[in-house]
Amino acid sequence: MSASAASDSIGVPTAIAAFGGDGPAPVRIVVGYGFWIFLLSDIIMFSALFAAYAVLSGQTDGGPTPHSLFELKHVAIETLCLLFSSYTCGLGSLFIERRRLKLFFILFAATFALGAIFLSLEFSEFAGMLAQGAGPSRSAFLSSFFSLVGLHGAHVTVGLLWLAFMMAQVAAQGPREYVLRRILCFSLFWHALDIIWVAVMSLVYLMGARI
Amino acid sequence: MGKLTWAAIPLDNPIQMGASVFVMVFIGSVLAIVTFKGWWKYLWSEWLTTTDHKRVGVMYVLLALLMLLRGFVDAIMMRSQLAIAAGSAPGYLPPQHYDQIFSAHGTIMIFFMAMPFMVGLMNFVVPLQLGVRDVAFPVLNAVSFWLTATGALLVNVSLVIGEFARTGWLAYPPLSELQFSPGVGVDYYLWSLQIAGVGTLLSGINLVTTILKLRAPGMGYMRMPVFCWTALASNLLIVAAFPILTATLGMLLLDRYIGAHFFTNNGGGNAMLYFNLIWAWGHPEVYILILPAFGVFSEVIATFTGKALFGYRSMVMATMAICILSFMVWLHHFFTMGAGANVNAFFGIMTMIIAIPTGVKVFNWLFTLYGGRVRFEVPVLWAIGFMVTFVIGGLTGVLMAVPPADFVLHNSVFLVAHFHNVIIGGVLFGAMAGYNYWFPKVFGFTLDKRLGQVSFWCWLIGFYVAFMPLYVLGLFGMTRRMQHYANTEWQPYLMVAEAGAILILCGILATIAQLVVSIRSRASRRDLTGDPWDGRTLEWSTTSPPPRYNFAVMPRVESQDAFAYMKQTGTAGVFPDKYESIELPGNSPNGFVTAFFAVITGFALIWHIWWMAILGIVCALLTLLAFGWIERVNVEVSGEELARDARARMPKAEPV
Repeated sequence: MSASAASDSIGVPTAIAAFGGDGPAPVRIVVGYGFWIFLLSDIIMFSALFAAYAVLSGQTDGGPTPHSLFELKHVAIETLCLLFSSYTCGLGSLFIERRRLKLFFILFAATFALGAIFLSLEFSEFAGMLAQGAGPSRSAFLSSFFSLVGLHGAHVTVGLLWLAFMMAQVAAQGPREYVLRRILCFSLFWHALDIIWVAVMSLVYLMGARI
Repeated sequence: MGKLTWAAIPLDNPIQMGASVFVMVFIGSVLAIVTFKGWWKYLWSEWLTTTDHKRVGVMYVLLALLMLLRGFVDAIMMRSQLAIAAGSAPGYLPPQHYDQIFSAHGTIMIFFMAMPFMVGLMNFVVPLQLGVRDVAFPVLNAVSFWLTATGALLVNVSLVIGEFARTGWLAYPPLSELQFSPGVGVDYYLWSLQIAGVGTLLSGINLVTTILKLRAPGMGYMRMPVFCWTALASNLLIVAAFPILTATLGMLLLDRYIGAHFFTNNGGGNAMLYFNLIWAWGHPEVYILILPAFGVFSEVIATFTGKALFGYRSMVMATMAICILSFMVWLHHFFTMGAGANVNAFFGIMTMIIAIPTGVKVFNWLFTLYGGRVRFEVPVLWAIGFMVTFVIGGLTGVLMAVPPADFVLHNSVFLVAHFHNVIIGGVLFGAMAGYNYWFPKVFGFTLDKRLGQVSFWCWLIGFYVAFMPLYVLGLFGMTRRMQHYANTEWQPYLMVAEAGAILILCGILATIAQLVVSIRSRASRRDLTGDPWDGRTLEWSTTSPPPRYNFAVMPRVESQDAFAYMKQTGTAGVFPDKYESIELPGNSPNGFVTAFFAVITGFALIWHIWWMAILGIVCALLTLLAFGWIERVNVEVSGEELARDARARMPKAEPV
């Protein structure tokens, strides 16, 4: 037998060689999978900012330290809002899969409200720090703090826009296939923001409050 | 208008103004011809709004070839400057201009020549090799291309309006901080790369999803062509590395735009943080470029020896090993940082280890050639030229992986010779091999062989003549990025290097001549079989050029080297009795429109024209929402239409 015909017999048993050969995946799987890969890349972008924060968090240049700026009570409320919004988002996306539109709208509206509360708390925290002269140009610590936490906030803002858009689309076009796929992606996105926030809360606020 | 004034046009610099006028006349005449001939409608509906992975791939390669010309002009200007600027002679390029040229050369060659070339080849070939009809997200694919093109455009706009960075291709701080580079050059660099980087990331996500989730029935992982494996590894690296680049350049942007202190000398900033982050992207980037080239050589060598690739499994293992190890060597770019002996030793050893899987690959290619009946077509010449040249480049790389040796050679022209040795000898040779190999598949006619040979030999000899003297000069102690030098003993070597650059110019001209001659004589060089090289993988089982839907019936894969197996068992080119209708993604102007607003936003941000930046962002957002609101309707191709097409176009492949 010549080498070209015996490709599966050059040492790879056919069962192994054919592994993964079930043909193209359905669209819903492809879209969800692609979005997962995007989320991984997004998390890597955050990891670069986490690395920068880890290197620079002690470089206060004689300015305010993490300890003097962070209020854990504030952070606790933010965390609760965001984690609870993930719960409502998850429930909402389950309900739309079952075509229970009214419950979907209620739960996604609640998700929006909780996300908005989170953002306004973050905004007031930033505004307070700026008022004290502790802006991002004060020291390397504050540059990296504002970028890391601000990038998460920017993601939440985009998420809220997306959420509002999805509610409008469901209202106008109904739970069609491509709308459902987008809601799947949105809920993955929203949960990923939670994971990042847990890291922000632990590494930035909890560890910072001790220093 | 922000910082933009009439003074931004470099009227006082005759070289820059001459180049600008030439480029504008060229673009103007192209636009005039298109308008005069009434081609706009065709261009818009067939190319600018296409979502066909094959056409997107062609546009990527076209962009790469154009940028190769631009990057090469920079190169030969530098070589000419150094050939004359010895002793007290100042040469013809003032230092500020020379610094912009070497920065633009590196930036363009890596980001806008090598990257689009490889991404273009992957875009075209991967879905065909997998036996599917398009990538996972066809519209996103077009958006990715147009964002890359936006970056290329902005870099080239800097030639006419304002200036480019003078900070080298990686814009190290603190030199690239506002304090030392107050002009718009670094901003051009940063925004171009940010926009193009988003495009590359999206393209990486797209191809990873395509390879892992869309394969023809029977195409198990261990039956994928090696090019698909290397494309998978390369795109995984894109997904894992490009976000670091985005974050790092983002931090530098914050330093420059809002006075942050990430990398500044004051305020607690740390420039070495930038070095670490940029190389945590930068070293994987090297493998993002070279891995697809390895895949091209694997396909070319297997095809033209008429044998299955030797050691398929070890090739897959070596590819994935490189994929992982490439993240563990970044610090060898700055051993001189002073991280200490233990850290340097670790990264030195890791760098030596990563040479092992590469060695495995070289032996696999050699053993494939051994005992084969090698047909010396042009792609094989590039492949063999690569094997010799790349091994030399790899050896000098391992040499510099020894930290004490690196302390001597760091930032000398020895390093410049090393990375040109691997990038020209590896990536560019791979790109040219792929270009010659797949061209008949793309356009349906072969490229002229004789001019292809001329191009290869000019490039190969030109490369050695241009860069071997730099190894010697590096050992003499010549540092890189010098606009002139006092030691006149170096001049003869640099004159030889200039001669090498001229030989490479001949190679580029031969490539252009090859394209022109082949197009003019295309009637006599048509590929009617779809399989001009006696290929082994599925892209050769369809017509040249393939129809929009690639395969009328999705192929069933029974073996590795699926098409060779089909030909052997007589199942190639068999017509089914009945065709089922298929769905294809329609055209979308999304990519072009997005790029249009990206150009406006990027330009406005570079020049601090805030109203225009806000306008651009708002319009881009509205575009996104509008495209998201309208349901995309796929185009259906009926079974009868497929049957009619098939009867007219299906290759009549004979069993061999």
